[in-house]
Amino acid sequence: MDSGGTQEEVSRLLAELDEELVGLAPVKRRVAEVASLLAVDRARKQLGLPGQPPGLHMSFTGNPGTGKTTVALKMAGILHRLGYLRKGHLVAVTRDDLVGQYIGHTAPRTREVIKRALGGVLFIDEAYYLYRPENERDYGQEAIEILLQVMENQRDDLVVILAGYSDRMQRFFECNPGFSSRIANHIDFPDYTEAELFSIAETMLETLGYRFGPGAAEAFTAYIKQRIAQAHFANARSIRNALNRARLRHARRVFPLLDNADVGLLTTFTSEDILASRVFGAQGDESNA
Amino acid sequence: MRVTQGTFSFLPDLTDTEIAAQVEYCLGNGWAIGLEYTGDIHPRNTYWEMYGQPMFDVRDAAAVIVELRACRSTFPEHYIRLTAFDSTRGWETIRLSFLVNRPRDEPGFRIVRTEGAGRVQRYGIESYATQHKRHGHGSK
Repeated sequence: MDSGGTQEEVSRLLAELDEELVGLAPVKRRVAEVASLLAVDRARKQLGLPGQPPGLHMSFTGNPGTGKTTVALKMAGILHRLGYLRKGHLVAVTRDDLVGQYIGHTAPRTREVIKRALGGVLFIDEAYYLYRPENERDYGQEAIEILLQVMENQRDDLVVILAGYSDRMQRFFECNPGFSSRIANHIDFPDYTEAELFSIAETMLETLGYRFGPGAAEAFTAYIKQRIAQAHFANARSIRNALNRARLRHARRVFPLLDNADVGLLTTFTSEDILASRVFGAQGDESNA
Repeated sequence: MRVTQGTFSFLPDLTDTEIAAQVEYCLGNGWAIGLEYTGDIHPRNTYWEMYGQPMFDVRDAAAVIVELRACRSTFPEHYIRLTAFDSTRGWETIRLSFLVNRPRDEPGFRIVRTEGAGRVQRYGIESYATQHKRHGHGSK
């Protein structure tokens, strides 16, 4: 009986996901539900009971840098391993890839993109730009109609994932109820907590091949606290930028000592590499940290 | 007269599921799928018309079946063939080519005799299908 193998596969998949993604509890919960449904469906099938794949189209809303594109990429692989998608590749597009510039241009363009995506995931970033109600000559509506048709008729062949900022996606769905009803999974990506951001920083450091020296970890925690309060905070992206800036400062500091450099010197951030950031200085705007 | 050109032509017509299976095999080998149609089924006619570009970036058979159905509804009374092109060095050739649509009646061929110098007979064949339809620019 196959269900043992499926259960093992699913548990392994969920464990991997837990390890690779920091935080994102609603995402992990939804993936666990979909994966369990697969295992249950297999067991039902063995007993001759009917089973139908659940609606898999998704909408990811959340602030910048919360992992929407990253998770969409992972979702293609996950759904393929669970057996819902035949191929599991991802085609990422924005409005410009779907909408044409003149009459008759949109339909073939959108259809080509959909053809490329069949068997995998079509990821539409900033989907609300498709709908421009103020300009009646805009061809976004045509692309929307083609997408709706495909989402309904070729549910087994394609999974569509829309992504964007919460308030704009909300407005988009209000004006296009067809989309909202075809999307079975609305997942909101919450902002990361400070602890989660630090954990993300540690993972990034490992990939980059650096480590925090004494005092640097505390300095970075303080940095995160200050940075969150400031403008244009982009979650994981801001963390990545901060680490890259720290690398620049580290390089500047280490450059005169390169001749006698050892592994420790080349890979360790000191607290001054972090504290030199503008976020701490008078130039950073007043925060209450 | 049931024309036997291309692979699988001695078998009964392939169903869409079987065609999809063949397409999956081709895609698995990294071959590019193309669709072509013609009204003139003469065996020396290699100049079939292309239906759209070859599908280089398609990853799944479902997309090809969608195109195939669109082609069939546009040209129901033409021969349509599906070709798979292998671009690897040393091959650069069509690896698989089979008919996926035939007109309802296939009238067959007739022999055309031409008399040459010294009353020598030169023989050719001509498909009856080309006599009924106007073939070439603007053919339907």
